[in-house]
Amino acid sequence: MDKNKHFLVGIFGDQDDLLHGVGDIRKKGVKIHEVFTPYPVHGLEHALGYQRSWTPKAAFMFGFLGTCLALIMQIGMMVIDWPMNIGGKPYLSIPDFVPVTFEFTVLLASYGMTLTFLFVRGYLPHSVPRIFDIRATDDKLVVAIDLANNASLSEEQIRSILKDLHAEEVYRRDFTDEDNKSSFIKYVVDLFTNGVTRSSRIAHHR
Amino acid sequence: MQIVSEVREPLVTGGKTHHDVTEDVCKQVEGAPSSVWLASLAASLLALGVGGYYLGDLLWNGIGKWGLNKSVQWAWDITNFVWWVGIGHAGTLISAILLLFRQKWRTSINRAAEAMTIFAVICALFWPIAHMGRPWIGPVWAFPLPNTYGSLWPNFNSPLLWDVFAIGTYFSVSLLFWYVGLVPDFATIRDRATSKISRLMYGILSLGWDGSAKSWMHYEAVSLILAGLSTPLVLSVHTIVSFDFATSVIPGWHTTIFPPYFVAGAIFSGFAMVLTLMLITRKVYHLEDYITIEHIEMMNIIIIVTGSIVGVAYTTELFIAWYSGVEYEQYAFLNRSTGPYWWAYWAMMTCNVISPQLFWIKSIRTSLTWTFVLSIVVNIGMWFERFVIIVTSLHRDYLPSSWVYFIPTIHDVGTYLFTFGLFFTFFFLFAKFFPVINMAEVKAILKESNSKVYRARRTLVREPLPSTEEPTTAKEVH
Repeated sequence: MDKNKHFLVGIFGDQDDLLHGVGDIRKKGVKIHEVFTPYPVHGLEHALGYQRSWTPKAAFMFGFLGTCLALIMQIGMMVIDWPMNIGGKPYLSIPDFVPVTFEFTVLLASYGMTLTFLFVRGYLPHSVPRIFDIRATDDKLVVAIDLANNASLSEEQIRSILKDLHAEEVYRRDFTDEDNKSSFIKYVVDLFTNGVTRSSRIAHHR
Repeated sequence: MQIVSEVREPLVTGGKTHHDVTEDVCKQVEGAPSSVWLASLAASLLALGVGGYYLGDLLWNGIGKWGLNKSVQWAWDITNFVWWVGIGHAGTLISAILLLFRQKWRTSINRAAEAMTIFAVICALFWPIAHMGRPWIGPVWAFPLPNTYGSLWPNFNSPLLWDVFAIGTYFSVSLLFWYVGLVPDFATIRDRATSKISRLMYGILSLGWDGSAKSWMHYEAVSLILAGLSTPLVLSVHTIVSFDFATSVIPGWHTTIFPPYFVAGAIFSGFAMVLTLMLITRKVYHLEDYITIEHIEMMNIIIIVTGSIVGVAYTTELFIAWYSGVEYEQYAFLNRSTGPYWWAYWAMMTCNVISPQLFWIKSIRTSLTWTFVLSIVVNIGMWFERFVIIVTSLHRDYLPSSWVYFIPTIHDVGTYLFTFGLFFTFFFLFAKFFPVINMAEVKAILKESNSKVYRARRTLVREPLPSTEEPTTAKEVH
């Protein structure tokens, strides 16, 4: 079996072209692998038919966990484990516990949500991205189409669809099996033996 | 091409394309350090070294080296703590509150303002830590760890402990927000890097960001929620800082107006510091097209608003002191304005209440020189505000026999110098190695705002545009 991946890459220069283009490409039955952009393009997630982000739910759950932990900690320390008589005031004084509970809720919600997002999407210090076109972090909007998923259409057909929708450039991009498996150590070794311009997947193009 | 609007000025001038944004910002990171930068860093390191000597001496010999005494147990330490924390507030206000209000002009300044927040909070933290006297046993006072120095656990009824949680959370969340914002820009620098080391380092920092549409979708949601969480957080931080004073029974501190008054003052001083830093960065890095006069005017308007709130708060304090009928409270305010520290009180009044009112004049609030001078004046004023609140309330207490006059020593000044050195060292390192402008966000507004401006202009003018401009609707509006 062919373990290599074959993609057709369409480069767009304008976000309106991309937004309309993505909708039209999908209408014509072409399945888009992913779109890479240097900045968030609003409405692209709808055009691609993605479901709403789950991150707010993660934030809520971590936040709720923070609220519970903070209350357990404060009540446990101030009421159960070592109650102190301060001017005859009640041991369990919820208003006094509000600030710390609030801060802890915010802390857990923000870190929990963000780290979950980074972890789930694989954005970690040792991650090596598979880069289709290096200009995707500069000024170009890059549409990647996996040819294996579009077996019903020929490469030429997809190419002409992209061209019709004002893609500035369309070219084929192949990743070997080795390219698809990211290894940080291999990436670093490659970088230092072959230099920046020739190393690994990055900067294949141009 | 750039569409010139009759409705409002574009947020980024000079007809920049997306690639221009990358070039303009990245060239600062990629180029060799300029002599101006090296000299500035050297000056900061000198301040850090000289200040560090006094801080080290203080930690070695004890805080008796500071000018504190039996009556004034808190002076420059808490003044500078509040001052630095307050400065930090502008960064979060710009990145979080203005994001929620969809103020797109924040995109050119949020990165540097958030960096300022983080560095200012670090500087603030040095003061309570130094004031502990024996900071190595500080963790058991500050964190919920069992200890035998007093009761078993720290006291959760104390605003000082709330402060630990508030500042700790504020610092951590600001750092996270800032870093998440930096990730796509690090990826841009990574992909442009020509040296092996910078490709590796920015590659690690960028967490392998690839800019996929699905990630951007989650990323936008994460940013929005972080903004939503940071907004009450930033308001809570200075509220809790003000509780350190307001929950005590010292005349001049025991007032319910403190939380909103402190928050307004924090934003006031923070924006002044952002202006000071951004005017220099703008000049040195030639970012005039990104940080336009309109940005500066917007920030000056925020300074008028918050400065006026601060002015109202001062007046209210005076009125309430008189109206309360409490003679100690009345004396505290009489002593502030006419006592031995009258000069500090009137410096505060002049710098904070009168000087920002000059920004009502359009030619002053759009003048770079005036803005620069007044931004420094405001921060001097805000320093005096904290000094006045703290020292004048303490130096004359209920017993005239314990009345003293506080004079700072070289160790007070040295520690202050240390925090300045630290702040500017961090800031200059940031300005060299990190992208000072959020490229991804600026690119996102570049198109959107210009096409919106274009539509607004068409509706306003209500006449067909000349046919030569017709094809510019979608494609050429970069």
